[in-house]
Amino acid sequence: MNPEEIYKTLIDRFGNTVLGFDTELAGDPNIQIAPAAIANVCQYLAETDSLAFNSLMCLSGVDMGTKDEEFSVVYHLHSLRHRHSVVLKTTIPKTDAHLPTVSHIWKTADWHERETYDLYGIFFEGHTDLRRILLPDDWEGYPLRKDYMEPDFYRGMRVPY
Amino acid sequence: MESTQQTESKIIELKPFTDEMIVNMGPQHPSTHGVLRLELRLDGEVVREAIPHIGYLHRCFEKHSENLSYPQIIPFTDRMDYVAAMNQNWGFCLAVEKLLEADEKKDFEVPERAEYLRILICELNRIASHLLSFGTYGMDIGAFTPFLYAFRDRERLLLLFEKICGARLTYNYIRIGGVSEIIPMEPGSVDEQNYLDEVKEFLDYFEPKIDEYNDLLTANSIFSERTMGVAVMSEEMAISYGATGPNLRGSGVDWDLRRDEPYSIYDRFDFDVPVAKNIPELGAVVGDCWSRYKIRMDEMKESVKIVRQILAEGLPDGPVMAEMKAVRPPKGEIYFRSEAPRGELGFYIVSDGTPKPVRVKGRSPCFSALSALQELSRGLMVADIIAIIGSIDIVMGEVDR
Repeated sequence: MNPEEIYKTLIDRFGNTVLGFDTELAGDPNIQIAPAAIANVCQYLAETDSLAFNSLMCLSGVDMGTKDEEFSVVYHLHSLRHRHSVVLKTTIPKTDAHLPTVSHIWKTADWHERETYDLYGIFFEGHTDLRRILLPDDWEGYPLRKDYMEPDFYRGMRVPY
Repeated sequence: MESTQQTESKIIELKPFTDEMIVNMGPQHPSTHGVLRLELRLDGEVVREAIPHIGYLHRCFEKHSENLSYPQIIPFTDRMDYVAAMNQNWGFCLAVEKLLEADEKKDFEVPERAEYLRILICELNRIASHLLSFGTYGMDIGAFTPFLYAFRDRERLLLLFEKICGARLTYNYIRIGGVSEIIPMEPGSVDEQNYLDEVKEFLDYFEPKIDEYNDLLTANSIFSERTMGVAVMSEEMAISYGATGPNLRGSGVDWDLRRDEPYSIYDRFDFDVPVAKNIPELGAVVGDCWSRYKIRMDEMKESVKIVRQILAEGLPDGPVMAEMKAVRPPKGEIYFRSEAPRGELGFYIVSDGTPKPVRVKGRSPCFSALSALQELSRGLMVADIIAIIGSIDIVMGEVDR
């Protein structure tokens, strides 16, 4: 199935929690999903026979800039059985960055969500082990946010070089 | 000693466990292939839980990328998987080129000569990477000789890379729109002929060596005992954990991006995709450490096959770099994945139409494969952990980025 057919299938199944299909920008078109519904949509995509998205290729957070009020989280899915792929995107406000986890659907999401939490401060609800993964446990702030200011010192060591 | 006490009957039930011991393996352990720390919770010599702690080699690749122009990011990709840096350069360039192609005012095409050079050099780099994996795996298990053999051959490859781009490890050779021409090699010149002759000489030397290494290590009974049937990763588990490349094919999934989603000009070449099978007479099970290792040995032969086809055809004439003004992708986003030696290397790039990206994410194959370690190692012995790490073939530079 191509992304447009998948979009129509999702509209039929989930109605207005599927917010749109973005084809205007260059590159991959993406299907926009309401944040609260993302786990259900993913579960449906993974478990329905005609879709069978059994692999999560990539899960990334995006911060478009300091003027933007929202973070995006992007899911790149692929089906090894049907050999089709789709991009899901969901946006959450920066002031309340919470999202349901998909780590129970694809195990690779476990570490990818931890990384997104570590670098963006997006909380994945229902994740069993949401800890920092790349940075030290006592690091303050979330470096990939565009408004991040690096600290002058970390445990007595100068940070900017 | 764990005990549960029932308050009423005052019976103390003893569970047959010894005291749990916590051992830190790494970050300076020789078999962790870089700086990986494993928190081992042990019951005697049995591993109850092996929790990986990563990030020791985190060099903020993604944050740096947001402040650099696209061509400036390429040297940073070299430092991701420094064992197969050509493939990392290529993966990033492919993603940027794909995004540039989406522009309506597209005015470039990667020249044929550059495509041939890219495949030639990346397949040689794949051999170099698998050689390192083979050598260090042998050493992890306790065989020192394969390591020396592997590095002897890899050295010849590094010299070939040095001749084409001037660097041995971090190449910055593949650029957006073609390949670098820092060391000129005119089409049809003596330099080109000499170079191709040297590549051919290497292949003629190297191809019989693969069988020698198979005799030396693959069929070695001590090595087989340590790896066959150990840490079996089922097909479902491999897919769910996002294991790719040799790890996925080692679990019996017939999937290779070079064949199934051909990019560049891979569809012009004839090669096989090795997939693991059960070998009852030896004791190998699909998805065990030995299968993952064996896939890499077989892939080296396929890479030799591809390079031989390029040598037989010869490099086409023409430029090695597309004529383009500035690298300025249109507003949009792309996810592109390519088959690096360790699996699917993906780059997710978000552009806002300026010369610098808004977001670059490197989807590292080792990162996903390593996340399976915790489940793979549960209930095995400490020595098996070393066999697993070597078999999933991680490079920490890529895991931590």
